[in-house]
Amino acid sequence: MSELVNTFFNLDILREVWPLLLEGLWLTLALAAVAVPLSIAIGLAIAVAQDLHSKVLRMVLVAYVDTLRAIPPLVLLIFIFFGLPFLGLRLGEFPAAVLALTLNGSSYFAEIFRAGIESVPQGQREAARSTGLTWFQSMAYVVAPQGTRNVLPDLVSNTVELFKQTSIASAVALQELLRAAQIAQGLLYNPTPLVAAAIVYFLMFWPFVRLVSRMQNKTVMHSA
Amino acid sequence: MDQIVRYFFDFPLMADYWPDILRGFLITVEMSVLTVVVGIPLGLLIAIIRLYGIKPLNALIIFYIDFFRSIPQLVLIVLAYFALPYFGLVLDPFTATVCALAVVLSAFAEEIFWAGINAVHKGQWEAGRSTGLSFTQTLAYIILPQVVRISIPPLTNRAIGISKGTTLGSVVAVPELLNVTSSIQSNVANPTALTVGALLFLALFLPFVRFTRWLEQAYAHPRS
Repeated sequence: MSELVNTFFNLDILREVWPLLLEGLWLTLALAAVAVPLSIAIGLAIAVAQDLHSKVLRMVLVAYVDTLRAIPPLVLLIFIFFGLPFLGLRLGEFPAAVLALTLNGSSYFAEIFRAGIESVPQGQREAARSTGLTWFQSMAYVVAPQGTRNVLPDLVSNTVELFKQTSIASAVALQELLRAAQIAQGLLYNPTPLVAAAIVYFLMFWPFVRLVSRMQNKTVMHSA
Repeated sequence: MDQIVRYFFDFPLMADYWPDILRGFLITVEMSVLTVVVGIPLGLLIAIIRLYGIKPLNALIIFYIDFFRSIPQLVLIVLAYFALPYFGLVLDPFTATVCALAVVLSAFAEEIFWAGINAVHKGQWEAGRSTGLSFTQTLAYIILPQVVRISIPPLTNRAIGISKGTTLGSVVAVPELLNVTSSIQSNVANPTALTVGALLFLALFLPFVRFTRWLEQAYAHPRS
């Protein structure tokens, strides 16, 4: 047992690598702080634009969303980071990771917002338009807020997923939390940093995972 | 334009590599299938055990699903591959990746099945029991068929999302499609291989993404 603790929860090692892990954690948070709002904004814009009743626009947007939902985010990242430089477009690790995460994340958010907007009864729009609001005003003040509320659990859940996905940036040597832990593990021949990183991720996302479960159960109760 | 064709669509350059690419593609398919075939039944099994309402066991189940929904897949794969050997448990990269992904999928699947079980009206249970069926019979013949039906759209979405995680196996050197294509890319100093990889991922997952759209339509407007 004490050997187990010494191997997996070695406090001396943890103390030694903590600053490195903390630096990694900041980078993870920075990645999410850029990629999550961007993905939400683009996803919302795509969902709203699909409501414009332009067949061509809708087809283009659905193609964008479906393509990006079908391609693994790590494939996007490798393509952006190692492929695009051949065209003279050389992005650093951080922008490349943000771009890959945003392309992937925005497509998922677009689908969630679309489902939300479609869940708002048609009468709401008609009522809004008949009071003299423009299409955009009725979308912004009447439809989108209700639609968003209807899909709140999915929005939180997808935000957590996107946040977790920042760990793929380690594949292009961006020293976020996972990468920092891997480096520390390699230096010290001890898995404590990896275990510590896993615990940090767990503590960070557990409250939100719980929250999503509660929100989903509530929705089920209401609809039953 | 010329540059784009030369760098991203130089298919003759791939002539020698098609067998490698095909092998990588098959490994990706194999991993995806194994993940789904293990993960989803395991999730269903856990949901059924949870239904028996054994308190300490249920606390454990809730911890299990929260834990595996909170930790990024890549972190679990790295842990399974680099940390478990200190434990005396050496997994090859393929097994480590599939195990990590299957466990994550089982956690998400359990949550979906559990929500489905809660969505089935209580009267169904009472009706089943009052006709003389046992608890297990009611579950098997009345409840589960309905649960599986309502669970299919979210399960499909989740299964696609987690199958795309097979690409993360490249980080621990599983020779799957992304790994193969990115090493070809660095061998021949031409990213056409990455294009081929992306197209194959698209070919593999796009039908399922389209299928979820169709499912959504079919479930929103049932014929009966």
